[in-house]
Amino acid sequence: MKNGGYAEDPNPADDKTIAELRGVTKRFGDVLAASDLNISISEGEFLSFLGPSGCGKTTALRMLAGFEAPTEGEVFLDGALVNSLEPHHRPVNMVFQQYALFPHMTVAQNIGYGLRQRRPRLPKAQIAEKVEKALDVVRLGGFEDRKIWEMSGGQQQRVALARAIINEPKLLLLDEPMAALDRKLRKEMQIELQDLQRQLGITFVLVTHDQEEALSMSDRICIMREGRIVQTGSPQELYDRPTSRYVADFVGTSNFFNGTVTDTSQPLYTVVLDNGLQVQAPPVGKFSDGQEVCISVRPEQMKLHRNGEGQSVHIQNRIFLGEHTEYLVRHETLGDFLVLSPRQSEMNEGPFSVGDMAQVSWEPGTTLILDRK
Amino acid sequence: MTQRTRNWLLLAPAGAWFLVMLIIPLSVVFIFSFGERAPAGGVVPAFTFEQYANLPARWTAFKNTMTLAPIGTLSALLIAYPLAYFLAVKTNPKWKTILLVLVIVPFWTSILIRSYAWIFLLGGRGIPALLEYIGLEGVRLINTPFAVLVGIIYGYLPLMVFPIYVSLDKLDKRLLEASSDLGAKPWRTFVQITLPLSIPGIATGCMLVFILLMGEYLIPALLGGGKVFFVGNALVDLFLQSRNWAFGSAVAVTLVVVMLITVTIYMRLISRLGASREDVSIM
Repeated sequence: MKNGGYAEDPNPADDKTIAELRGVTKRFGDVLAASDLNISISEGEFLSFLGPSGCGKTTALRMLAGFEAPTEGEVFLDGALVNSLEPHHRPVNMVFQQYALFPHMTVAQNIGYGLRQRRPRLPKAQIAEKVEKALDVVRLGGFEDRKIWEMSGGQQQRVALARAIINEPKLLLLDEPMAALDRKLRKEMQIELQDLQRQLGITFVLVTHDQEEALSMSDRICIMREGRIVQTGSPQELYDRPTSRYVADFVGTSNFFNGTVTDTSQPLYTVVLDNGLQVQAPPVGKFSDGQEVCISVRPEQMKLHRNGEGQSVHIQNRIFLGEHTEYLVRHETLGDFLVLSPRQSEMNEGPFSVGDMAQVSWEPGTTLILDRK
Repeated sequence: MTQRTRNWLLLAPAGAWFLVMLIIPLSVVFIFSFGERAPAGGVVPAFTFEQYANLPARWTAFKNTMTLAPIGTLSALLIAYPLAYFLAVKTNPKWKTILLVLVIVPFWTSILIRSYAWIFLLGGRGIPALLEYIGLEGVRLINTPFAVLVGIIYGYLPLMVFPIYVSLDKLDKRLLEASSDLGAKPWRTFVQITLPLSIPGIATGCMLVFILLMGEYLIPALLGGGKVFFVGNALVDLFLQSRNWAFGSAVAVTLVVVMLITVTIYMRLISRLGASREDVSIM
């Protein structure tokens, strides 16, 4: 099976590249904000930069927008080198964190702002018509004369969106656009954003620290750490085939056990965990005998039994999540880790309560050997 | 203690201050303005409009005040805005504090001393001497409206710089980025975003400077040399020299009324300009 059975890569190489970072590095004084970024963004895709604050994701976005010029490397937009092209000359628009709406203008004036900057001037009637259309797209028809401060957070976000898409940019940049919204609204907006992207066919580049947001909306995700891109791939790829402990930890939840590789002759390598337990697991990347590694086991890949084979654990905590129940368990030598038990297995085995003994097991094929980093 | 009592108690010191220092003296002046001049100076109670009928005698003072105060305010604004903009937007935060302190430094010396310095600078051996050196002879600066204007701008500049600085400093810089991102050239961003959003600061600064200028006395006295005088100088003259308290009171009351009218019109204009709601600091 091509690509290891994962969903078809949404960006085959022959897709048109709309933006590209080539070896881009950005320093602010002594601070290295972004280091050797290489990413090519295809027309129409939804790409996310995901990472904790200070990882350089916003810097990457700001270099695409033109607010920062790279210290080294090249930024391309639509085939042209734009390293020092000023923001107002770039065919790119941005939805700012906290929206940055103009407080002295009405909703319609905010949305029409980009059109009013065009030279030669657009006829007023045409601007009004486009503004109305944009308002409809973000479902804010009838709000044109409202003041910005009369709008709720969710509505302000729609205004910011409408203001950014009205120029029909080649690239729509979104800087943590949902950070200020409550959870429920965020969910709604995520779905709306995806709809909007399909409807408009504009390329979206999102910056977020929220893995759930990135996973649910993006075609591809760039995981960043300390100014570098650690791994790029589709959400499923990143979840199933993380190439480092950092990515496995950042995308979803995982349990990690340190150990040493002892046998690399079989497809499943043998790893002796620090507590002496010998396990089999598939490697991600190249490892040699004696190398210190960790293995990653997703909580939902672990099974909890009353009897049978496995590692004996004590149930420390139980959180009922509806479809799943999350157990925090304690192993004598492996320490604490999480087990996610599906409803069906709960029904079969009966729920465990805090203090119970249980056996934990997993299929070697569902785990991964990773770098400890 | 109820909330109400507590509120009144909290208001009491300021209220007492206003009553004793403002309401009572103003009422006294108001009553005096209808009186007559006592033979030995001071005032004789009466009810006559004679003093108000005499106002045209002091027309020049009103004329000077009502021209130089607005011109001074406007000039101070034109000089202060670029300075405030530079400090708030263009200056490295490291230097901001130092530069701001430099703006206040002149306040560390009395305005009297500083105005004396200007007497020298604008006087015969100052700038005119320099001008003569390059061939411009017979330029007289001291004791002219220009000298008073220079003094006014110099003295009141910091009062204009600070409110504008504050409004520009708290201006969300992302708005400027957003404007640029949407295709506005730097100049258009300034006209459409920066300037409108700094109107509260401009309004506050102009108000502060204008009100204080209307009552200005010292600068015209020193740099106008008795030739360019304000209502403030007329009042000093009437109360202290000619001891015509009744007429002085009428002039004072008229000044207050003129001020109230101008400020009201000004506020109307500003609020129409859209200096919106939350951020006009002293108005």
